[in-house]
Amino acid sequence: MKKVNVYVTLRESVLDPQGVAVKGGLEHLGFTGVESVRIGKVIELQVEDATTEAMVRDMCEKLLVNTVIENYRIEMGVLA
Amino acid sequence: MKFAVIVFPGSNCDLDMYHAVKDVLGEEADYVFHTETSLDGYDGVLLPGGFSYGDYLRCGAIAQFSPIMSEVKRFAEEGRPVLGVCNGFQVLVEAGLLPGVLMRNRDLKFMCKTVELKVETNETMFTNDYGLGETIQVPIAHGEGNYYCDEATLEELRANGQIAFTYTDNPNGSVANIAGITNKQGNVLGMMPHPERAVEALLGGEDGKRLFTSMVKWGTRHATYN
Repeated sequence: MKKVNVYVTLRESVLDPQGVAVKGGLEHLGFTGVESVRIGKVIELQVEDATTEAMVRDMCEKLLVNTVIENYRIEMGVLA
Repeated sequence: MKFAVIVFPGSNCDLDMYHAVKDVLGEEADYVFHTETSLDGYDGVLLPGGFSYGDYLRCGAIAQFSPIMSEVKRFAEEGRPVLGVCNGFQVLVEAGLLPGVLMRNRDLKFMCKTVELKVETNETMFTNDYGLGETIQVPIAHGEGNYYCDEATLEELRANGQIAFTYTDNPNGSVANIAGITNKQGNVLGMMPHPERAVEALLGGEDGKRLFTSMVKWGTRHATYN
């Protein structure tokens, strides 16, 4: 078995109201100089060793990611 | 006209949808469970609101793999009427039957109130009982109803007359104030507001009722199915 991480982020062109709200919260706490906040998610998969990056990409395109608004980055074989 | 009200785990507006077509309109309707695989004998499909599969991953993302959904896709491809409201709209975009996506509301709040909609086209099977440009009062109840699509898709929606309803006072940040769109063929409508909750004066308004009477009128005119 090996571990795969899929990092899902919003596309640049898409406004992230959640990130905007968190940025406001940071400013409220006195953290200055935060240019922008964008929130994504990490999907951790435990897969068989034979699983290829192309297979994971297929999973992303078909279910894990909505490519209309999201980008993704795959990290293969992360130590569990 | 015989309607199928699709029930996913987590649907919670299925009873309202059933009540609207069965009790208020007096049409035939059945609940069709997500595990079923046939829509034989039905003239229209209604995808109700709710939180199908707990909205896990993304709203509507998991429901598209329900056994009944491949039949809903076939039904839609045959040009037959499919209406998705709220979570039903989210399921339709995730299933690829409608373009775009529904994102978190601009102000991050779940919004539950009556809003004003403008009828942008009355030439669809869902809106022929409304006047063009008419404004109607229909409730919304959603946290993720912020419709988004890219510029090219928006142009296409406009060019094909696929924008059915817009908000007169945009509550959620939707692109071009979009509240509801159809597919290019015009037989699949997705909308965030709940017409099935506005079918009786007793419940605050009847402006949603004509969406269903539109479907029935169209269905009667095109009664060659089945």
